[in-house]
Amino acid sequence: MVDIHRDYVSNVSSTDFPGNFPGEDHAWDLEKFKSNFNVSISQLTERTSNFDLIGIDTSFANAFRRIMIAEVPSVAIEKVFIEQNTSVIQDEVLASRLGLVPLLVNPDSLDWMVDPLHLNEAHNVENTVAFSLQVKCERNSDGTIKNENVYAKDLKFVPFEGQTISPEPTVAYEDILIAKLRPGQEISLTCWAILGVGSDHAKFSPVATASYRLMPQISILKDIEGEDAIKFQKCFPNGVVDIVDGKPKVVDPRKDTVSREVLRHPEFEGKVKLGRRRDHFIFNIESTGAMTPAEIFLKSVAALREKATVLQSCKLE
Amino acid sequence: MNRESFVPPSAGVSRQNGVRYLCASCAAQVSLTKGEPVRCKECGHRVLYKERSRRVIQFEAR
Repeated sequence: MVDIHRDYVSNVSSTDFPGNFPGEDHAWDLEKFKSNFNVSISQLTERTSNFDLIGIDTSFANAFRRIMIAEVPSVAIEKVFIEQNTSVIQDEVLASRLGLVPLLVNPDSLDWMVDPLHLNEAHNVENTVAFSLQVKCERNSDGTIKNENVYAKDLKFVPFEGQTISPEPTVAYEDILIAKLRPGQEISLTCWAILGVGSDHAKFSPVATASYRLMPQISILKDIEGEDAIKFQKCFPNGVVDIVDGKPKVVDPRKDTVSREVLRHPEFEGKVKLGRRRDHFIFNIESTGAMTPAEIFLKSVAALREKATVLQSCKLE
Repeated sequence: MNRESFVPPSAGVSRQNGVRYLCASCAAQVSLTKGEPVRCKECGHRVLYKERSRRVIQFEAR
């Protein structure tokens, strides 16, 4: 249990590891883990998910989080060939913006480019998808302006000769503003997207957010009654505390934001204890579009397993 | 898709009409040949900008 006080937190580190308590084992045990571990999913959509991992060590939960952000591969624009750009936005800024546009390309349908600088390796049908952006702003005869805004949907997939990718690559969000034009201005470019990982550049990260928080816990130590009970309830977000028989009862600590408001009032001193469960992680994952959050999380688990396998096969010198 | 097979789109542009400019005042297209006074044919403004060429430049999206 992590203890939360008025102006500090204490008891932060885990204690259940071998050698911490003399005479106690605490070694990680698969059977024990299996019986304790639990997953509960509270929200799962195409783009966002919220789920709990219960009975797992911080090292694992944090490894999953870090792998999702930095090591699960996804596709992003890497090279931009600008033929014409007479807009006010500079070429390199435009290229940088294009790189950050989330693409709907299945990462499994592309090969890796092994050479990080792509100097000795050619782009080919297996490892590259091309997009073209051809926009010219003009004044219509009725005075309105055509193509005043350049949106992500103007990026059109251009298959290379003999290239078939299904489903057809598109952008994840159509209405991302890339540039603004005035009549007479033009942007004409081609860009190549490749597979990469978030540790190389944030544009390759498949998640917009991948974070966890620990489950809050509110313990009422002494009775709180009457007007104080109402005041106590109001110290927490709606739905966290109910009043049963004139006394506050904690019903859903998961909804608590741990604002510590309750610790500011002298009448509750010594009557309530705030804490967080150290082995209960509430994950929140938002995908950028190419994969569902479930896929991303499972890929992070597979990546960690792969790392463990590599470590296991290493010879001890 | 290698470097050698790439043909820049500006390779075949003919120069018979002189160099193309844009008027700094009225944004009209002006084409000037050698010896012509530097002056917009629409509004008479004396500041002209050279048009950007269509030569392809490669950028890294980083």
